[in-house]
Amino acid sequence: MKGAAVPGRDADGRLSGRVAKVSGPVVIAEGLEGAKMFDVVRVGDLGLVGEIIRIIGGQATIQVYEDTTGMRPGDKVDNTGEALSVELGPGLLTSIYDGVQRPLDILKKQGGDFIARGFVAAPLDETKKWSFAPSRKTGERVSGGDILGMVDETPLIVHKIMVPPGITGILLDLRGGDFTIRDQIGKLRTDDGREIPLTLTQRWQVRVQRPVKRKLPPKTPLITGQRVIDGFFPVAKGGTAAIPGPFGSGKTVTQQQLAKWAEADVVVYVGCGERGNEMTEVLTEFPKLEDPKSKRPLMERTILIANTSNMPVAAREASIYTGITIAEYYRDMGYDVALMADSTSRWAEALREISGRLEEMPGEEGYPAYLGRRLAEFYERSGKVVVIGSEDKEGSVSVIGAVSPPGGDTSEPVSQNTLRVTRVFWALDASLANRRHFPSINWLTSYSLYMNDLSDWYNEKVSKAWIGMRNEAMELLQKEAELQEIVQLVGSDALPEREKGVLDVARMVREDYLQQSAYDDVDTYSSIQKQYLMLRNILKFGELERDAIDRGVPLARIVQLPVREKLARMKTTSEKNGLQPFEDIHQEMLTAFSDLKGGEVA
Amino acid sequence: MSTSSNPAAPLPVDYRTIERIAGPLLFVEGVDNAAYGEIVEITMPDGATRRGQILESRRGLAIVQVFGPTMGMNVNATSVRFTGEVARLGVSDEMLGRVFDGLGQPRDGGARIVSKTRLEIVGNAMNPYSREEPSEFIQTGMSNIDGMNTLVRGQKLPIFSAAGLPHNALAAQIVRQAKVLGASENFAVVFGAMGITSEEANYFVSEFERTGALERTVVFLNLSSDPSMERVITPRMALTTAEFLAYEREMHVLVVLTDMTNYCEALREISAAREEVPGRRGYPGYMYTDLATIYERAGKIKGRHGSITQLPILTMPADDITHPIPDLTGYITEGQVVMARDLQRRGVYPPVDVLLSLSRLMNQGIGKTRTREDHRGVADQLFASYATGKDQRALSAIVGEEALSEVDRIYLKIAERFEKEFVNQGYEEERTIQDTLNKGWDILSALPERELKRIKPEFIAKYRQSGAGNS
Repeated sequence: MKGAAVPGRDADGRLSGRVAKVSGPVVIAEGLEGAKMFDVVRVGDLGLVGEIIRIIGGQATIQVYEDTTGMRPGDKVDNTGEALSVELGPGLLTSIYDGVQRPLDILKKQGGDFIARGFVAAPLDETKKWSFAPSRKTGERVSGGDILGMVDETPLIVHKIMVPPGITGILLDLRGGDFTIRDQIGKLRTDDGREIPLTLTQRWQVRVQRPVKRKLPPKTPLITGQRVIDGFFPVAKGGTAAIPGPFGSGKTVTQQQLAKWAEADVVVYVGCGERGNEMTEVLTEFPKLEDPKSKRPLMERTILIANTSNMPVAAREASIYTGITIAEYYRDMGYDVALMADSTSRWAEALREISGRLEEMPGEEGYPAYLGRRLAEFYERSGKVVVIGSEDKEGSVSVIGAVSPPGGDTSEPVSQNTLRVTRVFWALDASLANRRHFPSINWLTSYSLYMNDLSDWYNEKVSKAWIGMRNEAMELLQKEAELQEIVQLVGSDALPEREKGVLDVARMVREDYLQQSAYDDVDTYSSIQKQYLMLRNILKFGELERDAIDRGVPLARIVQLPVREKLARMKTTSEKNGLQPFEDIHQEMLTAFSDLKGGEVA
Repeated sequence: MSTSSNPAAPLPVDYRTIERIAGPLLFVEGVDNAAYGEIVEITMPDGATRRGQILESRRGLAIVQVFGPTMGMNVNATSVRFTGEVARLGVSDEMLGRVFDGLGQPRDGGARIVSKTRLEIVGNAMNPYSREEPSEFIQTGMSNIDGMNTLVRGQKLPIFSAAGLPHNALAAQIVRQAKVLGASENFAVVFGAMGITSEEANYFVSEFERTGALERTVVFLNLSSDPSMERVITPRMALTTAEFLAYEREMHVLVVLTDMTNYCEALREISAAREEVPGRRGYPGYMYTDLATIYERAGKIKGRHGSITQLPILTMPADDITHPIPDLTGYITEGQVVMARDLQRRGVYPPVDVLLSLSRLMNQGIGKTRTREDHRGVADQLFASYATGKDQRALSAIVGEEALSEVDRIYLKIAERFEKEFVNQGYEEERTIQDTLNKGWDILSALPERELKRIKPEFIAKYRQSGAGNS
C-alpha cells in the first residue's frame, strides 16, 4: 500500500491531520483518525513535537512541547504512532537534556545560544564507540533485566547492558568489541520464534513505570553529609522526601547539596521550571567537585534535565517523567539512584495550565482534580527493589522533591498532596533563612518516618548511643522553644542558672551543629562519624555544664571557657587527617571543667 | 467578505467580520488561517488605527487582543488586517538616547527607527548550556547591596517596594553608581516603564539627563494614562532592545523595569476578558511562566562579551510579600531587595530590610579575587548579629534593657548602628566595597572575639579594628 495515494496519510503511510485550533501550547487537530492517547505527533512545517492528551471524535487535543507562535489552522500534523519515550544507553551520564530528552549541548551546536524550535537531536551520541565486554554466551537463555555485558560509561560507573524488560529468549549471537549505540551487538530468539536484534540501548515510554520483581522495606539511610538531615531527619535509600519552603529559604541550595554529596551511585537532577542560571551553576560546578569517596568529578555520576521556567510549559510537565525513567533504568542495573526534582510545584502548575486550556473543571486553586493522583504515581516510582532478571540484584531510587508553596503557606494543594505520599518532611523556614541559619530546616516541624527503619543501621554503623543522642538533642531544642516563650515575658536574666544552661546548650546545638555552610570547603560535607563526634562533644559539654552549675559555678564563667570556641569551630575542622582533633576537644573539655572545681561557689 | 489588497500575495487581508467586542478582545469570524501570535492592524470607522495580536486561532474564528482602547470600534465598519507577521521590533544603534512609547514608536518627536534588523519580541529561551555563570561583582556603591546582598553582572534582582517608599530614588542611584571594578566598558541602560505616572517618568528621565546617562539609555514609556494592554508588550520591547545591545553590540546592559505590578494587572485584565479559569486572586494560572519569559532574559552567554542585568521594580499591594506578584517574582528572580516601611519611618535611606533581602548569586561575585577575602564572613556575621539585635530590641520593649545580659546589650547596640550607619547612606553618597566592609568591621568590633563565629580566625586577626567602637 503506497501511502501517498491514501487520503489522510503522508508519504510514509502514516496517519496525518490538520490543525483546527491553536491556543498557546494546546493545539486541536482534525483528521488524525486512529490516533491513540499519548501518541507523539509532529505539528506544522517546523515539526514541533507534541503529545495527544485528549481525543473527541475526529478531534485530537495535543500539548506541544515547543512555542506555537506562528502556527495556523490548516498546518499539517503527523502522528509518529509512538508514545513519548526516552532512549536509554551508555552516554546518558554527564549529559544535560531538556524535558523531552533533547541534548542541550547539541541543540546549541545546531541552533545557537537560544533554543530554536523544531530541532531534533539524538539523545545519545550516535558516533561514539563504546567497548563492550559480554558476560553471556551464545545459546544461553536470558530474560528481561539480565545483564548481557558491561561498558565503562565513566570512570565512576560501569554501564550494564541489559535485556529490555518483557523479552525472554535464547541468545543467538553476542559479540564483544567496540560498538556505537546504533550497532547490533547480537540477537536473541524469543519463545514464539521472533528474532530480536540487540544493541547497547533500549527505549522506554516515560509515563510507564519500569517493572520490578518486588519492593523491599528501606533499611539503609541515604547519607548526605548534611548534619540536620543525616542526624535528625534522615531519608532512606529508596525513600521519598519533600522540601517545601517559600522563596529564598534555600530549597535549591539544599537540593544541590544533596545532589553533590548524597551517597548515591547515580544522581538525576531535574530542574523543572526553575532558573537558567542555577542549571548553569550545576554545569560549571559539578565537573570541578570531587566525589568524597572516589575523588572523581561529580559530573561523572550525574544526569541533568533542565527545563527552565521560560522553556515551554508542556515539556516541563514531561521533564519529571523523563528524569524518573532514566533513574529507574540505572536502578535496574543494581545502582542506588537519587532523583532531585526542583520544583514539583512548577510541574503542577504546568498541569494546571494545560488543564485550564482544555477547559477542564478545576479542583482546588484551579489545579486539576487529578493532581493528587499524578503526584502519588510519580513518588510511587521510587523505592528499594529487587530488580528484574534471573539473579536477585537490589537497586533503589530515592526521590527528593522541592515544593514551592505560594507565600510559603503549605496548606495549598501541591504541598498537601505531596505530604500525603512522602515520608520525610523537611520544613524550610523563612525566619531561619532571614537570619541566615542554613540549612533552614525547622527542627520542630520537620519529621522523618524512616527513623525506626534505620535505627539498626545507626546502631551498627555509627554508635549504639546515636539514637539516644539524637533524641536528647531534640528534647533540648523542644525545651528551648518552651523556655523562649518565658524569656519573651520576663527576660533571660530572670531565669534560674540551670535553665540558662539549657538555653546555652540548645544554642550550641543550633549554631554549632545544625547550621552548616554550603559555601565552606570543609563544612559543606560532614561524614557520619564526624557528625557523631560533634554532637557527642556538644551534648557532653551540656552535661558538664549542668554539673558545674549544680556545683555553683556561674554560667558567665563557663561561657568564657576557651574550649567553647573550639567546639564552635568543629564544623570547619577538616577530617582529612582523621578524627583525632574531635577526640582532643573531648579531653580538653573534661580538663577544663575539672579545673573549674573548688572554691568557685558564687 | 475578505478582500485582498495585493492579488499576488494571499496576505495581508482585510476582514470586516468582527462578531463580538468584549473588553480588549475582538472575535473575528471567517478567518481560516490566522497564525497564533500574529500581529493585526485594526482600522476604526473614523480612520484611526490600532494594533493587536492573535490570542487564539481556529478555523473560522480568530480572537484578537487589542493594544489600546476599543472605544469607537464597532462590528460592521471596523476592519482587521492580518499582517502575517508576529510582533517584531526594528533595532539599531540609533535607539540610544531616544524615548519610545510602549509599542516602540518614538515619543520624543524624533524620527522613526529604520532598521533591517527586525527582531521577534518574544525571544526564544536561552539554552542553559550556553549560559555563562554570572560572577562579576557590580559595585552599586550602596552598602546594603554590595555588602550584604551583592549584585553581579547577568543577575535579575528586583526591588520589592510599596506605595510611598523611595524605590525610584534607589533605582536611579544604582543606575548612576553601578560599575564593575577595574573595567571601563561599554555600558547601556534600557528603561521600560509600565503604567507609571508622568511625574515618575520625568523623574527618571531628568535623573538620566542630569548624570549624563541619557545618551546611553533607551527609554520605553507606557504611562498610566496609556492603554493598559500595551503594558504586556513594553517589557518585551525593552528586553529585545537590551538583547540587541548586549549580544550584537557587546554592551553591558542594565535593564530597569517598573512597575511590574502594573504589568501583572494588565495580564489579569486580559485573562478575565478571555474568561479563563483564574488562579490565585484572579491572576491567570500561567502568570509564573509569563513572568519567567521576562525575567529569564537576564544573563550572560559564553563567548559573547555583553550581558543583561535586570533591576525590575514592583510595588507590593498592601505591603504583602506573599501577594502573588512578589511571590511568583521571588521564585523566578535571583533574590530580591525588600524595602520596609518601619525603616522609612525611622529616617533610614534606603529603607532596605537586609534580612528579607537576598542575592542568590552573591557567593559567585565576592571573595578574594572579586571583592575581599573576608566578605563572606563579615556579611554572615552582620546578618546573624543584626538578627539577634533585632530580637533583643523586641525583647527589651517588653522586659526593659536592664533585663538583658551584657552581650545582648551589645547586640542591641549593633542593630541600632547597623541601621543608622551601615544601611543608611546619602542619596549622593557612593561607598566603595572597602568602605562598606570597613564600616561592617567597625560595627562588629564591639563584639567579643568569641562571638565572631562566622568569620575565619585569620581574618579576625587581620581586619578586626581592636578597640574601635567598644562603647
